This record gives sequence, structure tokens and C-alpha cells, in this order.
Amino acid sequence: MDFEDSPEEAAFRAQVRAWIRDNAPRHLEAELKTAGFADNGIRSTDPLAACRDWQRKKYEAGWACLHWPKEYGGGGYQPIQRVIFGQEEGIYASLSGPFGIGQGMCGPTLMAWAAEEHKQRYLPPLASGEEIWCQLFSEPASGSDLAGLRTRAEPAADGSGDWIINGQKIWTSGAHRSEFGLLITRTDPSVPKHKGLTMFFLDMRSPGVEVRPIKQANGQSEFNEVYFTDVRIPDSQRLGAVGQGWEVSLTTLMNERLSIGSGMSLGFPELFAFCMEAEIDGRPAVDDSAVRSRLATYAVRQSGLKYTGMRAITALSKGQTPGPENSIGKLVAGAAMQELAMFALDLQGAAGVEMGDDQPLQGRFQKMLMRSPATRIEGGSDEILRNIIGERVLGLPGDVRVDKTVAFRDIPTSGRQKA
Amino acid sequence: MNLDFSDDQKALQDQVRRFLAERCTSAAVRRIVESDETHDRDLYAGLAELGVLGAAIPEAYGGVGLSKLELCLFAEELGRVIAPVPVSSSIYLAAEFLLLAGSEAQKTTWLPKLAAGEIVGTFALTEGSGRTTPDKVKASVRNGRLTGTKVAVPDGAAADLAVVAARHGTGEGADGISLYLVDLRGPGVERTVLTTLDPSRKAATFTFKDAPADLLSGEGDGWHVAGQVMDRAAILLAFEQVGGSDRALEMARDYALDRMAFGRPIGSFQAIKHMLADMYVSATLARSNCYYAAWALSTDAAELPVAAATARVSATQSFQHCAKNNIQTHGGMGFTWAFDCHLYYRRSNALALSLGSLSTWESLLIERLRGGNAAVA
Repeated sequence: MDFEDSPEEAAFRAQVRAWIRDNAPRHLEAELKTAGFADNGIRSTDPLAACRDWQRKKYEAGWACLHWPKEYGGGGYQPIQRVIFGQEEGIYASLSGPFGIGQGMCGPTLMAWAAEEHKQRYLPPLASGEEIWCQLFSEPASGSDLAGLRTRAEPAADGSGDWIINGQKIWTSGAHRSEFGLLITRTDPSVPKHKGLTMFFLDMRSPGVEVRPIKQANGQSEFNEVYFTDVRIPDSQRLGAVGQGWEVSLTTLMNERLSIGSGMSLGFPELFAFCMEAEIDGRPAVDDSAVRSRLATYAVRQSGLKYTGMRAITALSKGQTPGPENSIGKLVAGAAMQELAMFALDLQGAAGVEMGDDQPLQGRFQKMLMRSPATRIEGGSDEILRNIIGERVLGLPGDVRVDKTVAFRDIPTSGRQKA
Repeated sequence: MNLDFSDDQKALQDQVRRFLAERCTSAAVRRIVESDETHDRDLYAGLAELGVLGAAIPEAYGGVGLSKLELCLFAEELGRVIAPVPVSSSIYLAAEFLLLAGSEAQKTTWLPKLAAGEIVGTFALTEGSGRTTPDKVKASVRNGRLTGTKVAVPDGAAADLAVVAARHGTGEGADGISLYLVDLRGPGVERTVLTTLDPSRKAATFTFKDAPADLLSGEGDGWHVAGQVMDRAAILLAFEQVGGSDRALEMARDYALDRMAFGRPIGSFQAIKHMLADMYVSATLARSNCYYAAWALSTDAAELPVAAATARVSATQSFQHCAKNNIQTHGGMGFTWAFDCHLYYRRSNALALSLGSLSTWESLLIERLRGGNAAVA
């Protein structure tokens, strides 16, 4: 056991480190350190332009989308090399935020399902950051139950073979700045829900596409609603066969779950520092046994996630696929962030109610309290993640389903509807 | 980056797993639980023969000369089957005390016997209820004779040799504590076997009156050495707890697959499925923390105290969580004597109290993070 690189990994790391040292936008470092939720911290210049500049620089040097094949604009590197690059990129990795969904989910889906000419056309600008993609999956009435989606795609009446889209998507990150979107639709409501879906990609500037930001419960706007009114998509932009959309969507979602982070931050170092400063009865809070017990519980969760990530990196380093233990990350982190924020506010007492930047750590715990409910829902809710662990890792049977064999249009749409 | 055990180490682990599957069945555990036998002597002899006891003891002292990493994996296997043998007291504690602080003569005398399973060792520290602090150690040694009482000594019923923490003369505070080797079969030793939560490992209370005591290490460094040994033992106990967690989760999973209610396997209900998913999360966090601690133990890293406390807190939480929800998953059957759930519940709660309770280790972890010998993040 060791935490050392193999000689090949060390050589690669040195190469990456030198390139980052010579090329990273170091004038932005201080601003990046002030990043918050939905805010990369950049004030001195256009935040998106700063992201695009860094992405293009990486692309031109062959460091964009490291694990993609070179012919599609990637670097042709091994998964472990991608991890090493991410470690060395450090704080500048946050500049990749706007491209994350496109490169992490849309790109791999195109690679698996798109026509060769489309891969040649769309993947390189996606890798370079020139074109941003979004993922149009969730709907107001279908979140965890994605296959319950209702956005319709119907053949155009003019016989052109085009498709006409009507409906609404929601929780679409980055839709307002995206050039393209991956769109899942219902093409046949007369068959069971999973069988009547079809996947497309579309130009977000098409007539009839309207993007509206959502004002979130925490007051910020990271996500959008996207409305489709008679939007026309050529049949050539269909991914997979008509009715194969569910299978195509699984490629996208699998990529979401395969992505390996360096472990999500729970905010533990900040809480620990705060407990060294805060006082209880004139003594540092960290001396209080109840505080210690809570801190220790968060410490072992944070450490457990960190070393679970390292076990996954170990597997990659040996050329193996990481095990299912990786699936616990967001489930642990989301709940811990929320509990930790409440605990930090408790120690602040009545003053903890204030949201302002003059609160400890610029009101970080208050912001965390208000953002953490979303972490427990986005990208697979806590409940969906527990189902995945229960069914795919532990091998437990799926729930009894009442909607799998009936035609989609016959599934009740309200809990108060009489059967 | 290599936070995993080697294929050779895993092969040895597998060998121990197969040995225990055959020799340490539920019936074997119950034979000890339901009788006055101090421990499973045949099993213990078998473990000695297989090299489990002597794994991390150098060959010069009758051991096998493997590393602590192998011992971690063997500990995991012993924990999986809640083995009714005193390995933790005799090997993780007594042998480790000798290795770390014993004189050449003491090592030569005792280590080969411990490695061969000819004698059982233990560590006697606690004198009463509550967290053990230096001022609670009252037992004392004068002119090489020990007088005092030690309670809830782990595997005390089976033990032949104890490392005893006691005051040298009238010394005060932590600096007044030294360690002594005491022959528990010798004069001046009165042993009372206790009824405990976990009768698969039988604890005892000892009353010493002028019992011959042999100084281990230097006078006054007893508290310090005990801390070092307890950190190392805590990592190995954490591996036992991880093994126990995994087995309790497997038992719950298997039952949830078999048991039908309302016309379907109970594992298809989210109430059960999500409970098991949470057990998996606990067990996974504990395992990853234990791997970190195994690395620290095997390399004697500066981070060892933080890693030990992290692994211990995480694994204690995990085993308690998995063992109690294993009973819950089994419903009423889980509360019968006939099902094994209670054996794991017993062991999980007994291990949680062994070597310092959960709250003690939580507090230690925070003190150590504060001391800064490892990054907080």
C-alpha cells in the first residue's frame, strides 16, 4: 500500500504539472478561491469567457477530454491519466464547469449513438468549449420517474420526415448558454412507457425553443425551464431507433454515475476551523464533548469518501474498473452537508439566522443550508441512489410496478384520480 | 496510488476464510456462548498452526514474519465469523506490547508462546466505570509486587499472562504509570469470570495481592506506550468490525431475498431496501477508512494516531449500525436465540466498548486533528 505514483504516472504528472504551471490563468486564482454555489467567483472579466479561454488552451495542447479518442478532439489517454490531470489542474478545474454536462454526458452518448459525420462535426467543438451542450431530460411531472416524460415528438405533417416537438423540460443546467441539447421525447403514447421514447439532439437556437431561468428556493438561478412549441428537428438528428430512447438515455446516465470525482466536499475543514474559533461557555467549541462527537462523525464520513475515491483510483491505476463502492459519494455528501450546515448554525445561536457575508466564513454555512436540499435531489435523489445500491449492488429485487405493462396514456396522472 | 491489498495478501486472506468457514461455524460459536468454556481451544490451536497468531511476529520470536497488512486481513476474517478466541487480547495487545516495549529476554520468553497459542495474553487497564484517565489507575507495584483490582479484562477467563498498567510506588499522574508483565497463573492473583454482553469471549475481573510483577519498558512511560499499542490494536479491531459489518449486511440481504410478506420478497420494499443501502454505505466508509489506517500501521506513518481513531470511530459506527438493522430486517425471528443475529449484535456492542468506547475515540480523533499530524480535509 502506498499513495505514490507508478514511474509512468509520475512522469505524466510532471509533464502535466509543468504545462499547468506555464499555461494556467494564474491571474484568476484569487478570484476562483472565492467561488460559491453557482458562482465561479470571477468578477474581473466575463466568467464564461474565462472558462472558454482555459478550455481552448487545453484543447489546443491536447489536454481536453483526456479519455476521448483523439479523432474526436480528445487526448486518447487512460482513465488514470484523466484523474492525474484533474488533480494537477486543481482550482482551475472549476473553469470546466460549463462544459461538464456536455463533455461528461452528451459527448459519450453521441459517441455511442450518433452517425460518424455527426461525431466528426459535433465532438471536437464540444471538447474545445466552443459549443456548449445541455441535457433535456427531466420534466415537471417526471423527475426520478424519467420514463414518465410527456414532451411529444410527432412526424411533421408535410412529409419531410422531420419531427415536431411540443412540451416542456425543467432543471436544465446551462440551457441559456447552450448551442445544442440532447432531448428525450415521447413518440408513442400507446405502448408501455419505456418503449415509446425517442432521443434527438437539436440546435437550441431553433425557432420555438424558449429558455426561462428558474428562481430557486435559495434565490439563485442555476437551472432553467425549456419550452418547446412546434420545434422542428430533422430526422437525421435522431439518436438510436424510434422507440429506443430509453436505451440511449441509459448510456447518458451510466456516464453520469461513472464519473469519478476527487470526493465531494462536505465543508468539514471549514466547520472544524469554525469550531476552533467559536466559543461555548467561554471555551473553544471544539473542547465540548457533544461538539466533538458530531465533528468526529463528519470527519469519518469525509475521510471515508476520500479513501473510497482513492480505492477507485487504485483500480484505475491497475487498469481495472472501480467497484460499486463509488456509488455512495453523493448520497453521503448531500445529507452530510445539510446536517453539517444546521450544526454550524446551531453553534452560531440567534446570530446564525443572518445570511450576510459578514457571518463566519462569509455566510458559507447559511448558503450551504439553503443549497444542500438540491444536492440531495439533483442527478439522482437520495431515494433513487438507495434503490440503485439496493438493486444493483446488493441484488435486491425491484419494487412491484403498476406502470410497466400498460400503455403510457392509460397511466393515472393524479394521485387523487379515481381508478 | 495503491490503496489496496496485494493479490498474495488476498490469497492468504482467502485461505483463512476457508479455514474459518469450516472450523468456526455458528455451532462452534454457540458451543462457547452456551458453556463455561473460556474459548474455542481447538480453533485457537488451529489458528496458531495456520500462522494467523504469529503472522506479524518476527521469525526470531517464533512468528511467521509477515507484515501488519496480513494481520489486518486475518482480523477481518475473525470478525466476520465472530470467532470465539482471544486473538485481539493476546496478539493485537499483549504481543504488540512486547514487540514495542519488551526487553530482549521478555520477548524471547513470551512471544514464541503467544505465537504458538500455548498461552493467552491480555491487557489489564480499567479499574471502574467511565472513561479511563490516568488518575483512575490506582493499582500499584512496590518491590516487584502488584496490588490492586482490574475489571472487565478482555478474554480474562482465558488469559495466562497480562500486561498490567499500574503505579510504580507512589508516582502520580500519567508519568506515575508503568507497565508490568504478570503471570496470571501465579500467586497473588484472584480471578472472577464475568457475565458479559458477549459470552463468546469471556472477560474477568482480577484482584491482585502482592502478585509478582515484571517491569515492561521503562518506569513512567506506561501511559505513553499503552496509547501507542492501543492505537495499533484499534486498527486491527476496526478490521474485525468491518468483517462483522459485512457479514451482518449479508445475513440481512439473504433474509430480505428469501422472506416473503404481502406476496413479495421483503427486499423489494423500499423500507427494507433503503435500510440495507444505508448499511452498505456505513460498511463501505468504514472499509475505506480501515484501508487508510492499514497503510498508516504498516508504514508507521506520522498520521497513525489520526488514522487509527478514524478507522475505529467509523468501524464501530458501522458494525453497530449493521448489527442492529440485521435484527430489524429479520423481524421477530431476529430476536430469537436460534437465529445468529443476536450474536453479531452482542459482538458489535462489546467491541464498541473494548479499548475505549466510541465517545472516547471520537474525542481522541478531534484532539488529534487539532494537534495537526494529518490534514483535516
